[in-house]
Parts: sequence; structure tokens; C-alpha cells
Amino acid sequence: MTVAIPATQTPAQRKFGIDWSKPVLLAFALVLFALIVMPLTWLVYYAFTDKNGVFTVGNFSRLVSDADFLDPLLTTFMLATLSALICCAVAAPMGWLVARTDMPLRRTVRLLVTASFVTPPFLGAIAWELLAAPNSGLLNQLYREITGAPPDAHLLNIYSFAGLVFVISCYTFPYVFVLVANALDRTPGDLEDASAILGGSTWDTARRITIPLALPAVLAGALVAFLQAMTLFGSPAILAMPAGFHTMTTKIWSLFQFPPKPELAAAASLPLLILTVILLRAEHMALGRRGYSVVGGKNSEPRIVRLGVWRWVMLAVAMIVLMCPVFLPYFALFNAAFSKVASHLISLSNFTLQNVHFVFYELSATQLALRNTFVLGTLAATAGTILALVIAYVNARQAVTGYRMLGFLATAPVAIPGIVLGVGLFFTYTRPPFVLYGTIWILLIAFVTLAMPAAYQQLQSAFRSVHPELEDASRILGATRLRALWQITAPLLRTSVIATWCFIFVGVIRELSAAIMLFTSETKVLSVLIYDLNESGDLAAISVLGLLMLVLTFTIVALANSLRGRNTRRNVAVG
Amino acid sequence: MIKRISKRDVLKGAGALGLSAFAARVAAAPAAEAMTPALIEAAKKEGKLAFYTAMDLQFAERLGKAFEAKFPGIVVRVERSGAERVFSRIGQEYASNIHAVDVVNTADQAHCIIWKSNDWLSPYIPEEVAKYYDKRYYDPEGLSVTTRILISPIAYNTNLVKAEDAPKSFKDLLDPKWKDKLVKAHPAYSGTIMNSTFEVARDLGWDYFVKLATQNVMQVQSATDTPKRIALGERAVMVDGAGYLVIRNKEAGQPVEIVYPEEGTPLATGPSAVFKAAPNPNAARLFQSWMHSREAQQMIVDDARQYSPHSQTVEKPGVRKLADIKLMTEDPQGVFTQADAVKKRYLEIFKV
Repeated sequence: MTVAIPATQTPAQRKFGIDWSKPVLLAFALVLFALIVMPLTWLVYYAFTDKNGVFTVGNFSRLVSDADFLDPLLTTFMLATLSALICCAVAAPMGWLVARTDMPLRRTVRLLVTASFVTPPFLGAIAWELLAAPNSGLLNQLYREITGAPPDAHLLNIYSFAGLVFVISCYTFPYVFVLVANALDRTPGDLEDASAILGGSTWDTARRITIPLALPAVLAGALVAFLQAMTLFGSPAILAMPAGFHTMTTKIWSLFQFPPKPELAAAASLPLLILTVILLRAEHMALGRRGYSVVGGKNSEPRIVRLGVWRWVMLAVAMIVLMCPVFLPYFALFNAAFSKVASHLISLSNFTLQNVHFVFYELSATQLALRNTFVLGTLAATAGTILALVIAYVNARQAVTGYRMLGFLATAPVAIPGIVLGVGLFFTYTRPPFVLYGTIWILLIAFVTLAMPAAYQQLQSAFRSVHPELEDASRILGATRLRALWQITAPLLRTSVIATWCFIFVGVIRELSAAIMLFTSETKVLSVLIYDLNESGDLAAISVLGLLMLVLTFTIVALANSLRGRNTRRNVAVG
Repeated sequence: MIKRISKRDVLKGAGALGLSAFAARVAAAPAAEAMTPALIEAAKKEGKLAFYTAMDLQFAERLGKAFEAKFPGIVVRVERSGAERVFSRIGQEYASNIHAVDVVNTADQAHCIIWKSNDWLSPYIPEEVAKYYDKRYYDPEGLSVTTRILISPIAYNTNLVKAEDAPKSFKDLLDPKWKDKLVKAHPAYSGTIMNSTFEVARDLGWDYFVKLATQNVMQVQSATDTPKRIALGERAVMVDGAGYLVIRNKEAGQPVEIVYPEEGTPLATGPSAVFKAAPNPNAARLFQSWMHSREAQQMIVDDARQYSPHSQTVEKPGVRKLADIKLMTEDPQGVFTQADAVKKRYLEIFKV
């Protein structure tokens, strides 16, 4: 791509041309500030006032004295702790297997973990209802078939505390996996080599070198898993009620039923927010320590452990683990979508397209939800990418004073759970001067805010890899900063930009916890439609919509990958 | 016992609603209106309407499609969820000045009392309603009309329970043999269940639910979900739920059977109303008129398998006549004053 600087432009013109970058950047800062600070301010305001707007701590004293709130608080804590432990126990060894062993199909395993990562947790929960409802669940039917157990006997009961922990772990373990696998990918093998040379056995090396090196990542993963499990709305919304309990997120949501109790919802949201902030600090410290332990090592290749025959055993174990979030649920959804009775296995006599027909030709909400999801996905991905791009740029080039503040604001939403943000946005935009409730804009704000931290981090690291000298050259030749950014840096970052765009789009498709607080009948998205269908137990329609959602998601992921592949090849060719 | 917390306490601007104020506001009944060509023309100009309803999704969509076929050019968007969620949704939307709903059909008469007191409803009496509906089935001011009559019986899966072992009464469900085998819908989501919970608690006492809760009851949201759970065989017996879906499932060949409990079967009538601020007022009136016509009401009987308030509809064999069922008494005013207390008590007992 050539950069055409109009030959007519002289340095004199440049002098009078205005560099718009300062005002534009200021505007971005204001937007970010409004996005994040306004909802949180209203949240705190509501939490500390009564119905008449008078200051009170009564909402909190009710929170800690009323069993209706204490029980969910306790349940949520146990739920998050157990899920975090299970995630670590499963994901850390798997991360090690793909990063440090010669297990076959390592790339495939990574891909399948990505699949479980993008699967919406509420969809996974519904699929597991189909699999492990005590009586009608497919796996329990299979169990009775094999053992000849009586009709009431069951192996699994998804409508239980343990069931919910299991389903949450299924869709939370990728967080731990990615952290551990990445840490091990980047940790040089020198120390392990040294240990081996000095006569340490494989096990000794693992125990004394590899595990301690990976431990901070595991710890960080545990904290992230804890946070995810604590703030998740989708899975508990599907499974907690039949199991007979509330979690904090379902409780907060139920407080908006008639008659709404916004002050209690706000008060119940604050502990989630505060705990998230604290845990993220802890995570930061855990990962910070890891930085020291690998500094100074030469970038030698990670040491690969040869597993021998065990590599096939390990692959089998990994595949069995991956059956839980991916293979089994996808099969159950497929089965329910094309079978006359959701709990019967698909067969020639049982096959039907009726459910597909119903969803696309009879269900009048489908079209609207699909359109809203598409429009919101596109808008959020575009707006989010631009916003993240500019902030990452400012940070990387330290372009304006106060750039650190911008970076901080862009990362801050990571500490705001979706449902808490939903509550805050509801307060902010149902009142003048910004009445956005009932429009798609309020959802757009939610999606962009939630996606900002990850998008920002992705683009920030991309900027680090582009040297500023090209940009400087452009500026010396008379381009303004914005122009240099647009014509020089942006094309070089295309791969990361596309990846970020797709990442946000996929995030929008699976988002439920904020959307559930902010939708109105005309701004319904796919995830909310599925949640509504779940209320009346329309499992077949849910399965069709769920499959559609997965197809959409994987199309976008594949698109991103292929574009990235092409781009890389071309860059290589040019280089 | 239930504290008398009034729903209207929390309703903005409804504080002034005393009986005297109520009486002062009773307007003369509007004249009944027909589906005139002028109305049809005006409705077609609007071209669409939003129908918020608690009907089961499949039938609600079928009703919408039948209307679209009858009046081409008007698209019906069905917004379905449980009646109590429909009610919350409309309240939340109206509180933010969003007037998206044209016609509503709920399963809880108490909702109409509140909307009426908020002055949200538009007076409209379709011609056939004035002609063929008993006066108890529509508001004297024409603000709402009963569209369908629902019962919430017990039902069971015939593969899992033999007819002679089936429960015959609510009391039977307390037998330890039903532990882990019951499924129940929730009064904070379903209007039918709000009414049935209110009626059972009134007639049998809350103590009944306290004992029932020890049976490990599986809790779902909608009254339209419990019939599906027993048809799937997920639970053997449903404590409450949409009786009409049990009948439909049975007629579709699924192994389910209905039981009319000895203590009486809970009753809920489902009214419809046109909103004053409806974005498509003519399409809304046309739909309200058509939905209460003999044609649509016969669909309520034949397809939905519910009971119709329209005196000209013909009963379809296969269900027990309403007159032959021992019914519990519906009490909209009672539900209106005690709904919040019912939800609170329910939460204490069932933990959800």
C-alpha cells in the first residue's frame, strides 16, 4: 500500500492546518469516562439511598440480615470456589499437555478449548439439561439402558448444586487453560534443561521447576475462574431454579421483577463489584511475580516432555474432558433440534424438520432478534475496535498527557461483572438527560464497555510490534497525526484489528447477563430470546436457535482465521 | 397469614386510588364497535401490531398467523412470556415512556385492575363481545375482555404412574411416594400459577405448601412448562400448570393424563386489553375485535384446547366441560391486593 502525500502540500500549509488529534483524543476520553463512571455512580447512589433519595445503609443491613440474600451470597461463594478448584485441576494439566508434551493432536485440543470458550454458557446449561436431567436426560437413559436400573434411578442430576458447579466449570476452564498454556509456551526451557542435565528425573524437573514456574499462572487462572463463576448469570438462570436455590446474579435479576426493588439490586451488586476489583488486584500480583521468574532466561525453545505410550492415554483423557463442554452438548442440541421429542434419540421415524420450520417461519420474534444481534454485533465490533485502537495508540506512542488514565479507563470494565454493568446502565439511561432504554444504543454501550478491556489489550500488544519510525516519517512529510495513524499504522495492524473486531462480535452473540437487564421487546437479541423460550421449556426451538448461534459464531471465528492467514502470508511475501 | 400489602402501594401515581375515586371515574360503557371496512383500512395502513401475551408460544403464533391470513398486510409480532413477566415488562417499559405494546393478553385479571387504575387502557367493546359474552366476562367500561378461561389441574405421565396409583387430590401429593417426582410452576412468572397459588393457599392454607416443599419439588417457571416436563418423563406428576397443554399433548399421542383434584381445580381467566398509548391503535382494535370473534374463539377451543367465554363456540369432545369440573373460586381483587405477599411467602417456602 503506497502512501500518497499530495505533492501540492507544502510545509507552509501544514503550519496552518489544525492537528485535530488533541480534541479527538479528549472526546474519546470523555466517552470512556461517561461509559464507565456514570453507571457506577448511579449504582452507588441507588445502593446508599432509599426510595425517597435519602441517604441510608438500610439496603446493606437488609442484605446481610435477610436469609433471602444471605443464602444466595453463601451459595455463590461456594459455587465460585468449587468451580475455580475444578477448573484448575482440569485445565492446568491440560495446558501443560498441549504446551510441553508430545501428545498428538495438540492443535486440535487447543481449537476445541476455543470452541468451549465461545459457546454461550446458558446454551451449554440447556444442553446439559437435555443430557443429564435425572429422568429424561439422554445420559441417564443410557445408564438405565446399560445397567437395567429401574425408571427412577439416575446417574447424574443436573438440577443440583453439583450439577451447576459442573456446568459452570465446563465453560470456565478455558480461562485457566489459556493462561497456563500461554505461560508455559513463553517460559524458556533453560531451567528445565539444567535440571535434566544435572540428573533430575522427569518428575523431579516437573515438581521443582515446571510446576513452580507455572504456579502463578495457575493461581491467576483460579482467580479469573472464581470471578467468572461468581458473576455468571446464564448457567444459574437455567439450572438454579429447578434445583431450588438462588445465586447472587439470579437474585439481582429477580429484584427487577414487579414490584422492582432497584435499591436492593444496587446494594446486592456492589459486593460483586468490590470482590472483583480485589481479586483482579490479586491476579495482577500473581502474574507480576511470574514475570521475575523468567526474566533473564534466554529464549530457548520450551522443553518437550516425551510421554511415550502415555501420550495416547493423555490424548484420550483430554478428549474425554472435552466431551463435557463440546461434543456431548453439541450432540444434545442437534438431537433436540431434529427430533420429535427432545428426550428421544434421533432416528428415521423420529426425524423432523418441524422445529426448524417453527423457528424460521412461525416464531415471529426470530427475525427481529437475528437482526438486532447482527446490527448490534456489527456496531459494537466497529465502535469497540475504533475506540480500543485509538486508546491503544495513544498509550503506545504516549501521544497526549494523561494517556495512562485513558489506558486505565479502558481496562477498568474488566472489573465490572456484566449483570452489575447492566444494573448500572439501567439506572443511568432510564432517566433524563440520556433516555436510551428501549433503544439498541443502551445495549451497544453495554457491549462496547464489556468488550473494551480485552480489545484494548489485544491492540495494545499489536502496537508494540509496530515501530513508530514509519509514522514519524509520515509526519515529517507533513501528515497530521490522525492521517499518519490512518494511512501508515492502521494497515500494518490489519490482522489484529480484524481479530479484535471478530472477538467483539462473538462476544456480543453470547452476551446475556447485561442484555437481560437492558432489553425491551423491540430490542431483543438472540441470547435473550433463548432465555425467554427456556421459561416455557420450548427445548426444540431453543436447540434450533442455539445451533444457529453456534454456526454464526464459528463462521465468524473461521472468517477471522482465514483473513489472518491470508494477511500473514502476504506480509511474509512482502517482507 | 398474609399481610395485606397492596400492589398499588408501589405504583407510581396510583396512591389516589380509593374506592370513591374509583367510583367517580366509572365512565359510561362505550358503544360496541364492529370490524368496519374503515377500521380494516386504517389498520392496514399501520401494517403491524405488537401482541404481548402469556398464551403458549405455539398457539400464540398460530393465532397471529391466522390474523395475518385474514387481514393480509398486517404483521403480528408475538411477545410471549409468563403473565407476571409480561406485566413486569410492560410496567418497566411504561415507566421509561416506551409505549410498544398494542394488545395484551395475560392470565391474571389482577393485572387489568392495575392497568385500569393507571389509566393505561383504552375502552373498546367489540361487537361480538356485547352480543355473545356474559357480562362477567368483560369490564363494564370496556377496558378489558376475557379471552380464554384456564384451569390448573394436576396431571401425570401414564408410563410412570398407573391410573389406579395416580393422585386424586392436592392432599395426595403429600404422600412420601411422590418425593422427587413432582414438578411445579412459579407464581412470580406465571399468571395462572399466581392465581392457583392464591386459591390453594386460601382454601387449603399455606401449611399445604410448606408440606409440599418437603417433597423436593422441581421448580420451573411457566405454567406451560410443567406439562412438557411430564410429557418428557422428567417428572411423574405436575402439581399445577396449563391444563390445556396436557390435553393437547395427550391428543398428540403423548403419555399424559389430567386429574381434576378433589379439593377443586384452580381457575384463572385470561383477559385482553388494548392500550391507550398503543402505537398501532387501529390494528390493535381490529385484533382485539377479531380475537374475540367466533372464528378466533373457536380456535381457542379447537386448537388451544382452552375454554371460551364466547357463547356461540362449539365444544370439541375430549375435554371435560367446565360446568362439570369442581372449580376453585377466582378472586382478582384478592390477587390484586396480595400478589406481592404471595410471592414473598412462596420464596420463603420454596427458596426460589
